[in-house]
Amino acid sequence: MTTTAEPHSLLTTPEVSGLGHSRKRVEDARFIEGRGNYVDDIVLPGMLYMAIHRSPLAHARILSIDTSEAAAMEGVIAVVTGELLAGYNLAWMPTLSGDTQAVLATDKVRFQGQEIAAVIATDRYIAQDAADKILVEYEELEPIVTPQRSLEQDAPLIRDDKEGQTNNQCYTWESGDKEGTDAAFAGADKIVSLDTFYPRSHPAPLETCGIVADVNSATGQATLYMTSQAPHAHRTVFALVAGLPEQNIRIVSPDIGGGFGNKVPVYPGYVVATAASLVIGKPVKWVETRTENLISTGFGRDYHMHGELAVTRDGKILGLRVDMLSDQGAFFSDAQPTKFRAGLFHIVTGSYDYPVAHVTTRGAYTNKAPGGVAYRCSFRVTEASYMIERLVQNAAYELGMDPAEFRMKNFIKKDQFPYLSPTGFVYDSGDYEGAMKLALEMVGYDEIQKEKEQARGEGRLVGIGLASFTEVVGAGHGDDYDILGLRMFDSAELRVHPTGKAILKLGVRSQGQGHETTFAQIVAEELGIPASDIKVVEGDTDNTPYGLGTYASRSTPVAGAATAVIARKLRDKAKKIAAHLLEASEDDLEWEVGKFSVKGDPESSVTIQDVAFAAYTDVGEGIEPGLEGVHYYDPPNMTYPFGTYAVVVDVDPGTGQWKVRRMVAVDDCGVRINPMVVEGQIHGGLTEGFAMSSMQHITFDEQGNCIGSNFLDYLIPTAWETPRFELGATVTPSPHHPIGAKGVGESATVGSPAAFVNAVIDALWPLGVHNIDMPVSADRVWAAMEEAKS
Amino acid sequence: MNVTVNINGAERTADVEPRLLLTDFIRGTLGLTGTHMGCDTTSCGVCTVLLDGVPVKSCTVFAVQANGRSITTVEGLKQNGQLSPIQQAFHQEHGLQCGFCTPAMMLVGTALLEENPNPSEDEIRWAISGNLCRCTGYMNIVKSIQAAAAMKSEEVSA
Amino acid sequence: MYPSKFDYLAPTTIDEALGVLAEKGPEIKILAGGQSLVPMMKLRLANPPALLDINRLPGLDSIEDSNGHLSIGALVRHNHVVKSDAVKDANHTVATAAPWVSDPIVRNLGTVCGSLAHHDPEGDWASVMLATGADVVLRSRQGERVLPITDFFVDMFQTMCRPDELVTEVRVNKHTARGGGDYQKLERKVGDYATVGVATSLELADDGSIAHAGIALTSVYAHNLKVTEAEDLLRGSQPGTELFKEAAVIASAACDPADDHRGSAAYKRHVVGVFTERGLARSLEIAQGGQS
Repeated sequence: MTTTAEPHSLLTTPEVSGLGHSRKRVEDARFIEGRGNYVDDIVLPGMLYMAIHRSPLAHARILSIDTSEAAAMEGVIAVVTGELLAGYNLAWMPTLSGDTQAVLATDKVRFQGQEIAAVIATDRYIAQDAADKILVEYEELEPIVTPQRSLEQDAPLIRDDKEGQTNNQCYTWESGDKEGTDAAFAGADKIVSLDTFYPRSHPAPLETCGIVADVNSATGQATLYMTSQAPHAHRTVFALVAGLPEQNIRIVSPDIGGGFGNKVPVYPGYVVATAASLVIGKPVKWVETRTENLISTGFGRDYHMHGELAVTRDGKILGLRVDMLSDQGAFFSDAQPTKFRAGLFHIVTGSYDYPVAHVTTRGAYTNKAPGGVAYRCSFRVTEASYMIERLVQNAAYELGMDPAEFRMKNFIKKDQFPYLSPTGFVYDSGDYEGAMKLALEMVGYDEIQKEKEQARGEGRLVGIGLASFTEVVGAGHGDDYDILGLRMFDSAELRVHPTGKAILKLGVRSQGQGHETTFAQIVAEELGIPASDIKVVEGDTDNTPYGLGTYASRSTPVAGAATAVIARKLRDKAKKIAAHLLEASEDDLEWEVGKFSVKGDPESSVTIQDVAFAAYTDVGEGIEPGLEGVHYYDPPNMTYPFGTYAVVVDVDPGTGQWKVRRMVAVDDCGVRINPMVVEGQIHGGLTEGFAMSSMQHITFDEQGNCIGSNFLDYLIPTAWETPRFELGATVTPSPHHPIGAKGVGESATVGSPAAFVNAVIDALWPLGVHNIDMPVSADRVWAAMEEAKS
Repeated sequence: MNVTVNINGAERTADVEPRLLLTDFIRGTLGLTGTHMGCDTTSCGVCTVLLDGVPVKSCTVFAVQANGRSITTVEGLKQNGQLSPIQQAFHQEHGLQCGFCTPAMMLVGTALLEENPNPSEDEIRWAISGNLCRCTGYMNIVKSIQAAAAMKSEEVSA
Repeated sequence: MYPSKFDYLAPTTIDEALGVLAEKGPEIKILAGGQSLVPMMKLRLANPPALLDINRLPGLDSIEDSNGHLSIGALVRHNHVVKSDAVKDANHTVATAAPWVSDPIVRNLGTVCGSLAHHDPEGDWASVMLATGADVVLRSRQGERVLPITDFFVDMFQTMCRPDELVTEVRVNKHTARGGGDYQKLERKVGDYATVGVATSLELADDGSIAHAGIALTSVYAHNLKVTEAEDLLRGSQPGTELFKEAAVIASAACDPADDHRGSAAYKRHVVGVFTERGLARSLEIAQGGQS
């Protein structure tokens, strides 16, 4: 990997393995032996299995539900309907966006795949047999499959369950300065505009969602093993929804086979399984099928965007206008900060320096699965980044400027940080030029530009596309960032044992990001305790401090900060104990990793392990025994990772197929705790960006049938299609983060789709093709070329 | 129906319905949960096991078809308490993140190296193109299989 | 996700198997690789009351190059064909197509004969056999019959195989030293069915003219389509780019693709044309070069 950064000067040895070490992962041990503990691996005595009967129709009134044949089948213990749940006030539940969502439909179905009834049986095959025997009579209604149709005057009302709802509008939200922006546009030499649709896509982690709900009727304890990226928040939601006392609910999020935001919402299946276990008195397992996962759970994107850039003729951006219409599905269930109805979409101003912008957004209900914020999007930053990077690319072409040059001309400069954006974000730090220059150098930008000319003469189509994204992650200060009122702080609880080992408990929950490995490195850096002596625990709400979970790349910015802060607090206490042991004053002590010594007398020293032991055996006058603490960190600001991606493609003019020849990704996420883990995250995100740009989307036909509810239609690239990636790095620390780190998990998904699409457009622009919406499939490339000919 | 298999070197017998999928036989009946289920259209490959040494998607095979045959799952990769080269390599090269596709990838990698001890990158990518991964972008999975190949050839020459 | 219940039989002799088919034919489905059947059963699109597993029957798993043709037995897996040296030398269309079928894991179980008996219009093998020429061998208690592939296929998912019959072998024509073949496939990713597939086969006469031509199309018609009009045009002519272009135009016009999520009908027609030209050019290259 190439970097222009000063290599992080390693403070610790490989044995201690603090920041900057590519420490091998602790998690691997169980996974490589097939001894992971995923929800479906959990087997409890007497456990029953649940299957859900779902609606084949997108919009219909329910006339009757006949469960008699199902209930009579051998092995079937119970059949649950909405009517039954209504008796417990559980037929509807609140969503994380303050709406309500049907748990089991009672009056109407509002999307294909919606939950109607559930069967609990002794075996999953029998449960499915019985679920298939449930008979539902429907009266079909007009399905609304586009947000445009949804907002028409005469569109049927989808949410007739909501009092006072007279149309299908879900929300409106606005940001920026309309007047100022209008003025800037009035004075512009040129206005570049682009209409683009970012299609519905789905995280589709390889492990689907599921739960083993174990409500013990004797003790009243509900233990819920759940695929949950946010176990504490889920526990509170369960307490509110199910009326179970919160101290009696324990959510255990075991190993999770990928989350990507798909495991943040609370799904009806979880609630029904819990209710069933409560009523029946036995554990109930529900693990959804892939079809259920794709057709009903939290998807991402589905944004119709119109963007306009006001520019001077010599290429200076004066202002930005964006109007967006989002397809929210049947319920507003996005997991996002409540103050931002369109998530952080207003970061759409991007990496560029200009004074005004105006962003208007609307959300519409449709007869599709609910969701929108999921899939590694950092709360809609994927959509925003795509919009601005496509707009900027097209603007360059329209002005006759090189796309790299246009970006450089308009970048926020390194010395302008902290930078207040036109929509109110305070970007903490950045060096956009640095990342761009490295990317151009790595990819050989000038040589490719020369080759393009030559290639066209030979009938070959070559393109090089760029994207210079600014991400915003680490939600966020509690005054601005809350979900359902729960402020988005996070937490770390650290205890050092007498023998100098430690346990770190976190309020976040990894689904493959390697927290057991990387968070130990943070402590190792601060205390000098070898990372291998530190056990990291997440996911069990009885055993970890309260946190808002892992998504939106927030773990390192928030829980990572909490970890560094609590480790430093323990070091402060350790110093007091050391002073006692060394019979010196605290002011006379100095610290080097893992050791306190008396200034000027290095022989007089104690290790952190000595101090740990003393904390329990000889702690000193006036000092409380023990060496532990918990810190709840409310971040002062978000963090802003960034980068430049460059993609080179060859397009086959005969078939429209395109192949990535090179993909260079330069990322800057500040200080890297574990470079190996960071690179792995980037590889994964680039692949998802490639997937969305080339093949992966969910569509609906006019009847609201979901096309993309299985892996034959919903295309996930294999190792064969997926390009090879070349990674580079710059390091611009976050000035406000205790260890200078920013999040990184989603940078690549945010930044790369535009890079891939820009590459194809770059190859085709001379042929008159100015835009192709994702997925840029071979047939769409060909159709665009044909249309440009005419 | 009676099904007897040799699984990871041990003989196991059970009475099963013909429609029981091999994946559920392995996970449920035999209690070996390292083999996973990820889709319903034979697309994702996380259910891959070796049937008489050959990778198959166990979700698309009935347990009864495996009667009298030998199966290797991820639990069978460790030999005499030692991690196999492929397991060591995946750990060394950061070839896994959430771990869900990992058993399948390692088994396919193992089978590949049996047949082709020194595969090119393209050959590796082709061999694993029936197995999906959402976390790693495949880069380090390829590196892991290459590292395992190198380890194995060192073993051979040692 | 899980199939409906069914009975399961796994005979160990062909005679036993034929006996079962004679008795239960219409209510029983044959299980060879199962890579088409089992997915359909799991989605409950197919609910056969019983399955006849033929995987234990002896003598059906070999590829033989003998008697002037390439014999592929009923239990020959797609990957056997991929790895077979006999195939590489004997039939270039078959050799080129084999790695394109489904994905490498599915290819370990799926069978060529099973694919032909299934006759999915999006299946590759049917086009290969139609282009290159083959005979299908069917056995029953009543004896054995051999049908040319063009007679064997009836329509989408329908063949001449009777309920009491088992396809035991497909006998594929071989390319001579003056023969060549190719398979062009546009798939969105490994494992996807073809958006468009084109199988081509050429045999040249001593004077270099085309003695035999085969062109067949995947996924662009109700069933795999043999483009006889284009084959007739090619036969007897001297090969060349202009001629191949003409053949491509005919192939494009002959197909009837659907507008769907893989692309518009117009797009697929276009690709049929492009692939026909490319496939014929490649087939010619092999035929003229003496070997692939």
